[in-house]
Amino acid sequence: MDKIEKALLKQIADLETIPVGAYNIRENGEGIAKNTTANIDIVTKKNKSGIDIIVKANTKNESVHIPVILTNGGFRDLVYNDFYIGENADVVIIAGCGIHNSTCETAEHDGIHSFHIEKGARVRYIEKHYGEGAGVGDRILNPETKINLCENAIMEMESVQIKGVTSTIRKTEANMEKGSRLIISERIMTTENQIAKTIFDVNLNGKDSSVHVASRSVAEDNSVQEFISNVKGNAKCFGHVECDAIIMGNAKVISDPKIEANNIEASLIHEAAIGKIAGEQLIKLMTLGLTEKEAEKQIINGFLK
Amino acid sequence: MVKYTISLFSRYNKYIKKYIESSLSRKEGRMLELKEICFSRDNKKILKNINLNIDDNKMIVITGPNGSGKSTLAKIIMGIEKPDSGKIIFNQKDITNFSITERAKIGIGFAFQQPVKFKGLTVKDLIEISSGNSIKVCDACEILSDVGLCAQEYLNREVNGELSGGELKRIEIAMLAAKQSRLTIFDEPEAGIDLWSFNNLISVFENMHDNLKGSIMIISHQERILNIADDIILISDGVVQKHGKKEEILPYLFSKDNLCYKNKCIQSS
Ligand SMILES: Nc1ncnc2c1ncn2[C@@H]1O[C@H](COP(=O)(O)OP(=O)(O)O)[C@@H](O)[C@H]1O
Ligand SMILES: [Mg+2]
Repeated sequence: MDKIEKALLKQIADLETIPVGAYNIRENGEGIAKNTTANIDIVTKKNKSGIDIIVKANTKNESVHIPVILTNGGFRDLVYNDFYIGENADVVIIAGCGIHNSTCETAEHDGIHSFHIEKGARVRYIEKHYGEGAGVGDRILNPETKINLCENAIMEMESVQIKGVTSTIRKTEANMEKGSRLIISERIMTTENQIAKTIFDVNLNGKDSSVHVASRSVAEDNSVQEFISNVKGNAKCFGHVECDAIIMGNAKVISDPKIEANNIEASLIHEAAIGKIAGEQLIKLMTLGLTEKEAEKQIINGFLK
Repeated sequence: MVKYTISLFSRYNKYIKKYIESSLSRKEGRMLELKEICFSRDNKKILKNINLNIDDNKMIVITGPNGSGKSTLAKIIMGIEKPDSGKIIFNQKDITNFSITERAKIGIGFAFQQPVKFKGLTVKDLIEISSGNSIKVCDACEILSDVGLCAQEYLNREVNGELSGGELKRIEIAMLAAKQSRLTIFDEPEAGIDLWSFNNLISVFENMHDNLKGSIMIISHQERILNIADDIILISDGVVQKHGKKEEILPYLFSKDNLCYKNKCIQSS
């Protein structure tokens, strides 16, 4: 691996060396390294691009790393990853995509991830997106995540788009059975002329299912962000969506939340806020010796942490 | 030879003069001078020609009725508000046109009456920023326990709306203790922390006063805080009504015919 590849892996998966446990590293459309364990199998798909990740029932304290890196411009990578998480398993999955595009052509990665999480299983899914490179070519990432949570299953999803992604449309859809829980935390930062669109579709179908979506974003320069969520309560359930955006420069932020209760026992809350950095926050940090720029940076870093 | 002696003498003389000057000013220890400060907003005169001299190594308490202009005066010293006219001199330097950041860097600190909340920044972050990123974790913990907060519990808490008013006030005080300014202004630090034993708050100020080379200025209505002052300044209706030693001012504040006392701007605890 060269320097660029190593740096990308560090950014998106916090990897300095080959990870422990199961992993599959994909570069420019091809798997370049793979490891399975006694409990976790990774099978390359035959009919289309992608892998099946199969976690045996009752697997505990194991992790799967599946980072994707793109270092060639003019390349569109479309990949289907299916995760099968057995009953009562408890695993961490670290995905993410880093693009280094030094060309003037578009580099694009569209990942379609499906999660089948069996009864009582628990998954922590971390997905980081990052773009860099001196070229004028676009860096496009369009992740799609489909989540099926069986009885009492839990999924925690952390989705972070750090920097440098020209355009992204991220769709997340969840279907939730009895007693299942979904906790999503999203962090997005856009600059220049970047565009980021997030769509959450959550169906709370089972009794006592619950979802919590927390989205925090910062839009700088001329970037545009759109947040769309639709949470349907079809049973006695609980849903809470909060999205909070800081807007700067000439950026534009659209927040379009929707909650739909189809059952008298459904309890759904939506909170949305868009605003510039509060003046009093800047002033407070300036009284501690920071310049206005430094104060701004501290506030944003903290907000997106 | 004569020439040489004269030049040596004049150099020596200059040195002596400088020495005398500096020892005079040290004796006097003038830290802050406010000269003819005026501040109006919405056709209302909020501060009317304020003249104040604050000495080094002093514990000063500013008191006065609500709305008399105490917080405005503190904001003007910190640079948060700009006076319409007048001058601010800090350690012999005219800082009237200094920005907030510049004033913070030359040694002015200000604990807000209403602490600011930050989504995402933790108590540890803010204490680190306050100290100029020079503080050790164990020192930060000690500061927190001084203000009555268990460090383990609070160090990594976000300074957001989930904290109570009293907790925010204590964190605000901890930040200023970490900053170590030559002049630290506390705006009604006792508000909202009635549950916390008052003695702790007072000993925080006394410790700061002992360990810091500088002055502390506390805006307060509390009799027990007035009691730890060296000097007391009474502000009412935008003017300095009284400024002097605690021993002179306290009896005046509590005299029966004093308006301020009747309006209950002093609270005994
Ligand atoms: N920026 C401002 N614009 C308008 N009125 C102000 C402004 N700042 C302060 N005031 C008014 O000035 C008066 C003094 O306020 P303040 O300094 O907060 O008093 P204190 O701290 O003594 O209670 C109040 O009547 C307040 O409403
Ligand atoms: Mg006030």
